[in-house]
Amino acid sequence: MNQDSLAYLPASKLARLLASGELTSVELSRSVLERAEHLNAQVNAFLGWDGEDLMAQAEASDKRRKADKALGFFDGIPVALKNNIAVKGSLLTCGSRMLENFVSPYDATVVERMKAAGMLVWGRLNMDEFAMGSSTETSYFGSTANPWDLTRTPGGSSGGSAAALAAGMSPITLGSDTGGSIRQPAAFCGIYGLKPTYGRVSRYGLVAFASSLDQIGPFGHCVEDVARMMEVLCGVDPKDSSSYPAPVSPFHAELELALTGGRPMVLGLPVEYFKEDGLDPAVRRAMDEVVAYYKGIGWQIKDVSLPNSHLAVPTYYVIATAEASSNLARFDGIRYTHRSESASDAVDVYFKSRGEGFGEEVKRRIILGTFVLSSGYHDAYYLKAQLVRTLIRNDFSKAFGEVDLVLTPTTPSPAFVRGERITDPLQMYLNDIYTICPNLTGLPAISVPCGFASQNLPVGFQLIAPHFEEVRLLTAARAYEKGNDWHTRHPAL
Amino acid sequence: MASVDGYDAVIGLEVHVQLGTESKMFTDAPYYFGASPNELTNPVVMGMPGTLPVLNKRAIEKTIQVGLMLGCEIPQVSKWDRKHYYYPDMPKNYQISQYDQPLCLGGSVEIELDGPSRNVMGEHRRVSLTRIHLEEDVGKLTHVADGSLVDYNRAGAPLIEIVTEPDIFSPEEAFAFLTSLRNTLQNAGISDCDMEKGQMRCDANVSVKPVGTTKLGTKVELKNLNSISGVRNGLRYEIDRQIRELKAGATIVQQTRRWDAEAGVTSLMRTKEEAQDYRYFPDPDLMPVRISEDWKSQLAEGLPELPFDRQRRYMADYSLPYTVTSVLCSNRQLSVFFEEAIRQHNNPLAIANLITNDLLRELGAASSGSEVEDGERRSLDSLGVSAVGVADLVAMVDKGVLSNQMAKEVLSGMIATGQSAEAVAEAKGLRQSSDSGEIEAICRQAMEENPKAVQEFLAGNEKSINAIKGRVMKATQGKANPTLVDQVLRKLLASG
Repeated sequence: MNQDSLAYLPASKLARLLASGELTSVELSRSVLERAEHLNAQVNAFLGWDGEDLMAQAEASDKRRKADKALGFFDGIPVALKNNIAVKGSLLTCGSRMLENFVSPYDATVVERMKAAGMLVWGRLNMDEFAMGSSTETSYFGSTANPWDLTRTPGGSSGGSAAALAAGMSPITLGSDTGGSIRQPAAFCGIYGLKPTYGRVSRYGLVAFASSLDQIGPFGHCVEDVARMMEVLCGVDPKDSSSYPAPVSPFHAELELALTGGRPMVLGLPVEYFKEDGLDPAVRRAMDEVVAYYKGIGWQIKDVSLPNSHLAVPTYYVIATAEASSNLARFDGIRYTHRSESASDAVDVYFKSRGEGFGEEVKRRIILGTFVLSSGYHDAYYLKAQLVRTLIRNDFSKAFGEVDLVLTPTTPSPAFVRGERITDPLQMYLNDIYTICPNLTGLPAISVPCGFASQNLPVGFQLIAPHFEEVRLLTAARAYEKGNDWHTRHPAL
Repeated sequence: MASVDGYDAVIGLEVHVQLGTESKMFTDAPYYFGASPNELTNPVVMGMPGTLPVLNKRAIEKTIQVGLMLGCEIPQVSKWDRKHYYYPDMPKNYQISQYDQPLCLGGSVEIELDGPSRNVMGEHRRVSLTRIHLEEDVGKLTHVADGSLVDYNRAGAPLIEIVTEPDIFSPEEAFAFLTSLRNTLQNAGISDCDMEKGQMRCDANVSVKPVGTTKLGTKVELKNLNSISGVRNGLRYEIDRQIRELKAGATIVQQTRRWDAEAGVTSLMRTKEEAQDYRYFPDPDLMPVRISEDWKSQLAEGLPELPFDRQRRYMADYSLPYTVTSVLCSNRQLSVFFEEAIRQHNNPLAIANLITNDLLRELGAASSGSEVEDGERRSLDSLGVSAVGVADLVAMVDKGVLSNQMAKEVLSGMIATGQSAEAVAEAKGLRQSSDSGEIEAICRQAMEENPKAVQEFLAGNEKSINAIKGRVMKATQGKANPTLVDQVLRKLLASG
């Protein structure tokens, strides 16, 4: 098989080919490498990779398969990571000049888990600097293109992860999601992206942007890929106090079971989200079709109210920036970061190194976050935002008393043109309007491809479930996938 | 309250104490004193991107135990906050600490003020505490000619901060407070509290106000007080300085000053205008800690008797003199040793005297030349004499086998050889005679040789008997049991 025939096969399909012996991990990895080498100049999804290391891992995997000692379903499948997830001995730049030369001395817990499952961890994917952005344009290493239209953004901050998968450059990828950074690029690139319940997946080794909002999650070509990847990633971690000991079940099997044996579900449409003037007609039309589909399979659609949803964006930008200003304090020019060569004394090292090492958007958020935590402003901003966060959480609790899942658009519009919004932060922030609430509330959410706007641009919808109800989320996504084939379409590259 | 020149001083202390845990506060990296620079680090200690803190349960337990010993309220929920400031000794540029929900609230430390003389117990009172919280220590900077060196070994070590109310009114009280606190914490195995190793550190807030007024003066914070006597001396200087300023018509500006122990002066570090905004907020990486009643009672069970309670018990139950109990209760090892010895042989006074006089003198001789401050670092173990060995020695004296003088010699022999009292006495031929027939013969002879002393004694001069006793001891080369000699002589003298 050549690179193009393998490129868009779902990871679970590839894993079955590996298991049946029709394909080797070496063949697969070679094709992945060839395609990445061929396409990355156009897409710039990858910041870099170590091909030799990937091939060595593939050979080891094939040996295990031959000896009948495969470590798991995904043994031999390459997985590429957003470059804010630590891999021992590999650059961990976070898309920033600040960490341009920083090599991680340790593995993130998710990396340990993937390696233990026999997966081939490879490739560093581009991202908005320190995950701050919605277009992958704030990366110090250049922006990433949307494989569907290279003049457009793949979204962000996990734009590299979404673009690489959508372009068939890696069968599965990981991103991180603080306010929509997995779901928004998934929607823009026509693929699945899941943000797990806060505490489901260990954050140890994920460079923190906003600790109370960050979660690692997978991108995949189909629901099964996402479900099976979650089985590898999930689990309590003694190194992360915020990880929660929820049972990890075989999600992929459970969702099929739920689909055949379960009752029809009730989906809630937040009335406030459809009043928004900013909702693109193409997205609205796609949503109507999604609603019609679910009704068609006998599911119920109900209006729900999230009365505080208009406060989500300002609340998010207070909490996320406050935590970021603290988390990014460690990048100071003293130990492992960029250090200004022109600094004259210790204080100057701080000022100049941070001034040179951070980009505009990161600086803007550090300044904002520092301000909202400052004495005299702390109560009016940070404390107030925490109170509103509770109100938003209560809105969802109330909604989940009436419906099984909440259904929303993932983004107000399809992918926008690169450079179009980078000078208008407010416009950029409003892109996260539907994706922010699951982070503020810790709820799991998935973006599902659901059609195309004009110019062949993908559109996605979002499902939000109660805490730790990932199976319910995946079941609903799978119910949609069964009757639609949007996820099987791929960009012409 | 000790007034100086018409002014009263008001002092509050902030005492940092490292908890002697095996691992650090938020990671399993080990912590101990004396490792090579940056040996005791890992990615968490170094604040590497992506690392996360996890709580050290033992450190929380020790802090709760300190709170229970000092009568603090232990709230059901305690949380963790980040305190931000930039300094190269702090890997994350924030310190994980506790802002508004510390592990311990209130409480007090019993102190003993100076008595009228060394032999008389001083007045006791309690100094009120505001709170005790748990946090992580920072690294250490060493400044060299062409830059600064950072050692992160200490970074992340569990540290408690004990904050007092402005409830200390003289440098001597501050000294008494720190001495008592250190004894209490050492006694419970919380920390070695060695100030030279930085295991205990103290900052002081001090202000002065005219006698008879209630409004507190402007406070000055004193730093770099590196020993308990340094705290006292620094405060003495600073109180004098503030009074001098006020008398000269100046006003005190809120500021932080540094004590220079060598020069014996304080100097300005920064004024309030330069004070930092720490931007405290709850650490999102750490969950609040819930403390159940069960957990609290388990921790309370493991607590030892407090040193002052023990001292009162020794004085009441064993009728020991104040000075002896002060020494015995200044050090847990001494009191444990003492109690083990009296279980073996019930003569508390003799055993206490032997420990506090003879044994500590030997210990002083053994450790002279090494850096010893206020009894720190001395170890009874180093002498190789057990509590049972000491009890046996005192028992031999009490049985009349050894005289007090002989006992001292035997003790030296025990320390030198590590042998039992019995074996040393045997080897040295030390054994006093208690053969009354033999002693009576010698006594008769001594009386015959000293008719003058006999006459004087019979005439009522009690002391004259000593001259006869001296003869007897000389004749027996000091081996006669003096109590027996006294009895025999009096019997013979009485019978004429």
